[in-house]
Amino acid sequence: MRFALLAALALLVLLFPFIHVTVPGLFEGPLDSAGTLNLLGLCFVFGALALTYDIVFGYTGLLSFGHALYFAVGVYVTAIALARWHWSLPAALVLTAVVAVLLPLALGAICLRVRDIPFAMVTLAFAEAGSILVLQNPFGLTGGEEGLALGGGVLPAALVGVSNTAHLYWIAAGLLAATSLIGWWAVGSPLGRVWQAIRENERRVTALGLNPYLYKLASFVLSGFLAACAGVAYLLLQGGANPQVTTSSFTLVLLVMVVLGGVGTLWGAVLGGIVYEYLDFRLVEFSNVPALQALPGVLRVPLSEPLFILGVLFIVLVLFLPQGLGGLVRSAGARSER
Amino acid sequence: MSTIVLLIVTGLGLGALYFLVAAGLSLIWGLMRVLNFAHGAFFTVAAYTGFFAAAALAGTSPWVGWFASLVAGTFVGAVFATLTEIALIRPLYRRPVGQVLVTVGLALATLALVEGAFGADPRQVTVPPWMAATTSMLGAAIPNTRFVVIVLAALVLFGLLFFLRRTRYGLIVRAGVENRDMVSALGIDVQRAFTLVFAIGGAAAGLAGVLAATYYGTIDPGRGTAMLISAFIVVVIGGLGSIAGSALAAVLVGLLQQFLNFYAAAGVGDFAVVLLLAVVLLVRPGGLLGGKSA
Repeated sequence: MRFALLAALALLVLLFPFIHVTVPGLFEGPLDSAGTLNLLGLCFVFGALALTYDIVFGYTGLLSFGHALYFAVGVYVTAIALARWHWSLPAALVLTAVVAVLLPLALGAICLRVRDIPFAMVTLAFAEAGSILVLQNPFGLTGGEEGLALGGGVLPAALVGVSNTAHLYWIAAGLLAATSLIGWWAVGSPLGRVWQAIRENERRVTALGLNPYLYKLASFVLSGFLAACAGVAYLLLQGGANPQVTTSSFTLVLLVMVVLGGVGTLWGAVLGGIVYEYLDFRLVEFSNVPALQALPGVLRVPLSEPLFILGVLFIVLVLFLPQGLGGLVRSAGARSER
Repeated sequence: MSTIVLLIVTGLGLGALYFLVAAGLSLIWGLMRVLNFAHGAFFTVAAYTGFFAAAALAGTSPWVGWFASLVAGTFVGAVFATLTEIALIRPLYRRPVGQVLVTVGLALATLALVEGAFGADPRQVTVPPWMAATTSMLGAAIPNTRFVVIVLAALVLFGLLFFLRRTRYGLIVRAGVENRDMVSALGIDVQRAFTLVFAIGGAAAGLAGVLAATYYGTIDPGRGTAMLISAFIVVVIGGLGSIAGSALAAVLVGLLQQFLNFYAAAGVGDFAVVLLLAVVLLVRPGGLLGGKSA
């Protein structure tokens, strides 16, 4: 039953580019318009990204503050290979995949020598180093603050232009589906059970004769690799790389997404990522509403800052609803069953 | 030679700013095991408070305005931090990750608010003419602001060490860093020490916010975050919970950054600091002076 529902939902989502219906209030244009498809595609990418973060933070209990770095690997390595070195898309993807395994492996091996909060600080420091590197524009590769546009002729024709947004939308939907399947399989596998055991009580895992370090590293590398995949989809949807995705604020935003949806449930994290990206996008439009502009400055300024609203929402959630939106849905479901 | 002197003094000045932010972080972490992401927000809010305090006194002597901004920034930093502890940290006493998360939310919201209210562009700060001038030392023309920052940070360092080693509350804080449960088992109200540590940390961060404005000559909403990350690095290198370690690491990081940014290339110094962090963690996971109290 649940499976059939899920399949029906997936089919509906895949058919969106053919449905010429306007959903008032929810989206500006009709469902099949390029703007709506692009927004939905970005929502899917962030849903997938939040899921990858939930693997390392929610399931393994590793509070990494450097997750943005691996997303940025997907964005920047692909972009540099395509736009600067004029590689073909498959070659660029292979290179990105190699970097996306080796970098989290090397950095994870160092960071995991410490635990808890020092671990958080060290991952943050490495991500910051990555951010500095991108902003410094070494050898003119990254484009520094201006970012790196893919430009014409770099991508296959089917992935370029407003009329082909549906293709990108399907890539994003496919990414979310693939990431969800891999994530779902991983946390249910024996490997994933050890992750959760480490989250609950690392010392007992050691006492059982397992080496937590290797399992934590596996979690770190898997989530880093999947985050890079999401980065590639983001690059294609945006048509270029911007340094915003390398910053520490971006990792904090990821944290907000996961907690918004509910830590330690995969679908909760996906929901959090989608809702966050949607709100972030729509709140910007909301800030330009004439009724809001007419308000006095004391009210107007805070309300026209999406990050302010999301930050406050986040604090309220952490204080009063630690299970996140996912927990809300779950407890409502439990009540209705009773 | 003169370049080296200039780099040393500038590096020390930068280290002084790092120390002021790191000291509070280190104490808060040592005592409460809270990683305070809102520390950069204290810094930023204090910097803007100082800016407007000085602007309000624009007609008077520039020194009056400068001192007023220093006092106002420090005070606002302390008040902001105290309120944060009481309203957001205390209700989450049993949920350490929750505590980190609320400070993240507070940092994001505050930054967005400051940017929305005052714009993202840097603003020029007026400083007394003496500070804008330079003093010749061993052939190097050194901006006077560097000395001001170094002297004030040194005073804060000695003040903190005196507080921690010679006063009753300092004793409680030091004991709490060692073993919080034992201190409360002895019937001492550790919660008050928590609030106090937050207030001290916020005051130091606020002072750093105003001093950074003096040091750079501008304020902008983003510097607090950059400072926070440098301070994290300093705290881990120095050893979590150790004030003397933070001071040592701050000087080390500031000097390394200045020298490499000058002699290698801009950005290399920032990068090297992160590498230093990795090396320290590999060789001494507890930090340079980790394990010892305050």
